[in-house]
Amino acid sequence: MASPLKCDLCSNQATVHLTQIVNNKVHKVDLCESCAQAKGVTDPSGFSLADLLLKASLNPDNATAGARCEQCGFTQNDFKKHGRFGCPQCYETFSSLVEPMLDNMHKGTAHTGKVPQKSLERKTLHDRLGELESNLDDAVKTERFEDAARFRDEIQQLKQAFEQHSKPAR
Amino acid sequence: MTIASLLSTPSELTDTASSKCPIVLMTRIRLARNLAGRSFPGWSREAQRAEVLEVCREALAGTAPMKRSVKAAVSELTDLQKQILVERHLISRELSGSKDGAGVVINKDQTVSVMINEEDHLRIQVLRAGFQLKKAWSVINALDSELEERLDYAYSAKLGYLTACPTNLGTGMRASAMMHLPALVISGQMEKVVRAVNQLGMVVRGLFGEGSDASGSIFQISNQTTLGESEEEILKRLGSVLESIIEHELNARAKLIETDAPKLHDKIGRAYGILQNSHLLTSSEAMNLLSLLRLGIDLSVFPEDCRTIIDRLFIEAQPGHIQNTVQHDLESVQRDALRADKLRTEFATFAKPTFTINGQN
Repeated sequence: MASPLKCDLCSNQATVHLTQIVNNKVHKVDLCESCAQAKGVTDPSGFSLADLLLKASLNPDNATAGARCEQCGFTQNDFKKHGRFGCPQCYETFSSLVEPMLDNMHKGTAHTGKVPQKSLERKTLHDRLGELESNLDDAVKTERFEDAARFRDEIQQLKQAFEQHSKPAR
Repeated sequence: MTIASLLSTPSELTDTASSKCPIVLMTRIRLARNLAGRSFPGWSREAQRAEVLEVCREALAGTAPMKRSVKAAVSELTDLQKQILVERHLISRELSGSKDGAGVVINKDQTVSVMINEEDHLRIQVLRAGFQLKKAWSVINALDSELEERLDYAYSAKLGYLTACPTNLGTGMRASAMMHLPALVISGQMEKVVRAVNQLGMVVRGLFGEGSDASGSIFQISNQTTLGESEEEILKRLGSVLESIIEHELNARAKLIETDAPKLHDKIGRAYGILQNSHLLTSSEAMNLLSLLRLGIDLSVFPEDCRTIIDRLFIEAQPGHIQNTVQHDLESVQRDALRADKLRTEFATFAKPTFTINGQN
């Protein structure tokens, strides 16, 4: 603890200490002289603390080090290289990498803004439709024809609802 | 309509007079959106990007604000067209240098532009002259809702809109104002302001974003964080930071007039003289001179109706716009000559300055 602070970007001794307070939340970055210069911290035309925090939080040694996104094949190493993820699914695959990062990067760690209501409703409808269709298949295969008829009617109803939903607004 | 004809039609930034005001040149909001179940553009193959481009273009074509719009693939655009679009803040530098499958859709008055396959599948942008955060938000919110009826967005209840870079998670919203702050620059207070604004969770950049210089004393101020607050809360916080910067700039101007009016008037008068008589002007010098004249308008040295001319010239004095006025390629020194010609012509008929000691609004 008594040892001098190390730069968040390289391992030199940190001499530039930045503190940012956003609505009572404290964010800190420690940098050495040359990294501070390189990042434009002393430049009046501005720098982005978020970018710094992002890079500073990329120290490996955590659980997802060997993980690979099933959806797109992205790995944690790729993230270290690009600073961007491969696909939306990556946020679940690498959640243990993302979560500690967010705390330092944003004002909060949970979304409280706009919700894509229509998009979500459509997805729910879509998922339900898929479920019913596989039920129908099962019912037909096992010759439960009363059940099959019921599933078929429900699918019909859902499809109608779906069409009304996806009609353009104007 | 083609990009070429779009560039010669009147636009929000170059031609509207209604919402012009001192200090805040323009307001912009952009939303980052991605399609569910597809790799982000930087991690997709060409065929996947082409598919996303097609799907997004089709969805956009059906929305109300994009009824009259121009679409173009980046690969179809010439370097000059790309540069002009960057100078008008309609596409980013990143998009203009991007690979196959990237595109842009821009509406006729150039207030709405949607970049496809930049860092995210969709970067929706609404731009308004003057200080109009609320108006810009209501327009972009409506367009986003219309798109959401047609596209399945990548969204998580906890992290909000999922974006390629985690710095944009949550609302995916970046709101910014382009501010003209000559008095803060002249009085050497800008560094202090940048530091204070940074501490409040906002970012200050030059005219053309990250790493660009602040010639003409023009700065972009935007929110840094996107997650943990609603869009309205972010806009409110940004709005109050902007109000306080405006107040500081006005105070700095009052102080300059009070303590050293002749020096300030001298700067404005000389700028006027150079614009009327010079034969070689770099774009950076032109920006600085125009900036002083805009300050002159705010101080009633020139009449208010000159503001539209200055704001138009801020855009038209940029290198791409100058090159676009002739058919053959220009060397940079030839461009400087052409720029000076253009400005001499414009300022030959410009109002004469009237300097009074109490020239404040």
